[in-house]
Amino acid sequence: MAKVLMIHPDKCTGCRNCELACAFSHDSSQFRLRTTRVHVYIWDREGFSVPMMCQQCEDAACLAVCPTGALQRNTETSVVEWDSNRCIRCRMCTLACPFGCAVYDAESSAILKCDLCEGEPACVEACPNKALEYVDDTVATYSRKKAFSAKFKDAFQESH
Amino acid sequence: MFGWIGTILRVNLTTGAITRESLSPELAKEFIGARGLGAKILFDEVDPGIDALSPENKLIFAPGPMTGTFAPSSGRYDVVTKSPLTGAIAASNSGGAFGPELKFAGYDMVIFEGKAATPVYLWIHDNQVELRDASAIWGKQVPETTEALQAATHEDAKVACIGPAGERGVLFASIMNEMHRAAGRSGVGAVMGSKNLKAFVVMGSGAVKIAEPETFETAMWKARNKIMEHPVGGTGLKAYGTDVLVNILNEIGSLPTRNFRDGYFPTADKVGGETLSAKRLVRPKACFSCVISCGRVSQVTGGKFAGRGEGPEYETAWGFGPDCGIDNLDAVLKANFLCNEYGLDTITMASTIACAMDLFESGIITTEDTDGVALTFGNADAMVEMVTKTALREGFGEKLALGSYRMADSYDHPEFSMTCKKQEMPAYDPRGVQGIGLNYATGNRGGCHVRGYTISVEVLGNPVKMDKDAIEGKAELDITFQNLTAALDSTGSCLFATFGIGGDELAEMLSAVTGIPYSTEDFMKAGERVWNLERLWNLKVGYTSADDTLPERLLTEPIKTGPSKGKVSLLPQMLPEYYSLRGWDSTGIPTPQKLEALGLQAEAASLA
Repeated sequence: MAKVLMIHPDKCTGCRNCELACAFSHDSSQFRLRTTRVHVYIWDREGFSVPMMCQQCEDAACLAVCPTGALQRNTETSVVEWDSNRCIRCRMCTLACPFGCAVYDAESSAILKCDLCEGEPACVEACPNKALEYVDDTVATYSRKKAFSAKFKDAFQESH
Repeated sequence: MFGWIGTILRVNLTTGAITRESLSPELAKEFIGARGLGAKILFDEVDPGIDALSPENKLIFAPGPMTGTFAPSSGRYDVVTKSPLTGAIAASNSGGAFGPELKFAGYDMVIFEGKAATPVYLWIHDNQVELRDASAIWGKQVPETTEALQAATHEDAKVACIGPAGERGVLFASIMNEMHRAAGRSGVGAVMGSKNLKAFVVMGSGAVKIAEPETFETAMWKARNKIMEHPVGGTGLKAYGTDVLVNILNEIGSLPTRNFRDGYFPTADKVGGETLSAKRLVRPKACFSCVISCGRVSQVTGGKFAGRGEGPEYETAWGFGPDCGIDNLDAVLKANFLCNEYGLDTITMASTIACAMDLFESGIITTEDTDGVALTFGNADAMVEMVTKTALREGFGEKLALGSYRMADSYDHPEFSMTCKKQEMPAYDPRGVQGIGLNYATGNRGGCHVRGYTISVEVLGNPVKMDKDAIEGKAELDITFQNLTAALDSTGSCLFATFGIGGDELAEMLSAVTGIPYSTEDFMKAGERVWNLERLWNLKVGYTSADDTLPERLLTEPIKTGPSKGKVSLLPQMLPEYYSLRGWDSTGIPTPQKLEALGLQAEAASLA
């Protein structure tokens, strides 16, 4: 069964351990956070933060726009994979992704997008707040649904 | 270099000259970074006798070698300068992500010298470094300044700035980064203001290199797991923030109340962490690379104290709460938010107001002095009003802006000021916890808990428990904590990492990051070196053993009520042992043998 990376913005505290883990798992010789595949965006005034990364869209714009087939779906894992040899660095994928989750890094001349770390996402392991989860795609939203249903339970209890 | 970038940036605000220098590997090894390396540069370059607010002072921003790495809770930077409040060395550290961003931009340290003719800010984008006009944002509060500068540079840039308090030279003005994180103590913001430096904005795309990735990975996970499995580091601080300490300290009768007139406040729970989490907490927040998340995003939705921001920390809740005789959490939050927006140190602000309330209730000052305000203990409206008056130096705020020592002294009653070396003590009554009093008295930046947090052992039992009322072993405890903290601060790590790890784990990670093998002994010795260097500088300022003391009230007036009733500080019985164990003579001067053992011969020679 395919798995998806679930983001829980309500649990994120903005520590950026996911970025650090991503950087370290792709290049353990250094921490260069501009090149991570996950970025945490933090709104200081509101005190809000949310991690953003590729969601491996089923109907992926990056894949559709790629003229050379450098982006391909791995049918087994559902991951949209990038092939450096086929890529001509036109960067159309970075423009096509509506979430900005495919990024071109000039220093390494690479397209940076989440590769799910071969099935063991480092960011998930590193999140101290369980704001990131790697779960079966069919049950992915159940926990969120249940968490919300608990509010009904609380409201019901309060009114009695 | 690994860990360190290898580059120091020097910015002369008088001439506008910006130069790059190489970081000496020898100095880096001996003084590590951040607080330690900053102290070394200050010692070598700044005459201790200068006026702290003159162009001769320097303002040093320095992250540590671990800053920007995956090491847990390691993303801090230090601001080192001569303090206008104490005259002693100031080293105030702050979290958020400003320190890491400075490393990614390519710098281990930025030294500001001189004074700009008109308001400026520094913009660093990797190799591009410019001083820019800040006259349009001069006068703005911290959040507005931050947003204006992100609009002018880059939306993801990190901003450290002063607010109106720093511009006006309030002696305990803070430097704020990312709006809510503070290099709070000792008036570093006033120094920044005296240089016409409104802000420091940075964005970086570079890297921090790791010498031994595999060793680092093992050491990092071990340290991280220890913190996350610790009852305080792993669960307590995230659930309740540091404000959880209100009830803990009150229950042992060591919660300073009404300007240290007492040590017990019956309704303290109303401003404690449990109440905060239940009523005003929006969500926990973390600094860069932190696994703890002690930060509090909090909000008061309606009424005269409405506002939103971060806080309060324990010391803030105590200061604007029990120390002012107040149990109104919303008023505490409002005062906290105002301090962050104006750029004020909450501890000194709160304690100075408490001192003014004490002077008022004692009949030393009257409504004629206080702009008609009845400044009585418990008056929450007056307390909040005084924060704004201080930041803007309006009316009685002109007195409050001096801190409690100079204010009380101006009315010929300096004994009302609850300070050590003119800096206000925080929220642990030395009459009920003996070791912390020795730490306050010997602190290199004056009254301060985070130079040697003996509370960890004396109250929380971490990593072991000692009798809080005993004096046996406290000198040694203080020295151990002071040295450990000096070394830890110098790596860029957060003190709260010690809720789980100690010198062993820190030395392991530092070694793997830098490639320099630090044993635990090497690491602790580096801390001792930093401590002694700071001490030497303060001796050159003119401080003596006579200043290693506490306010008379704590030595002679027992706590009146609660569990610690009848107790006083036994500081005089602990101090001689402290000097002796430190390898200092009976007048508190480090002996030549000690300085030689620490490799500080050259620095010692400058003392003669």
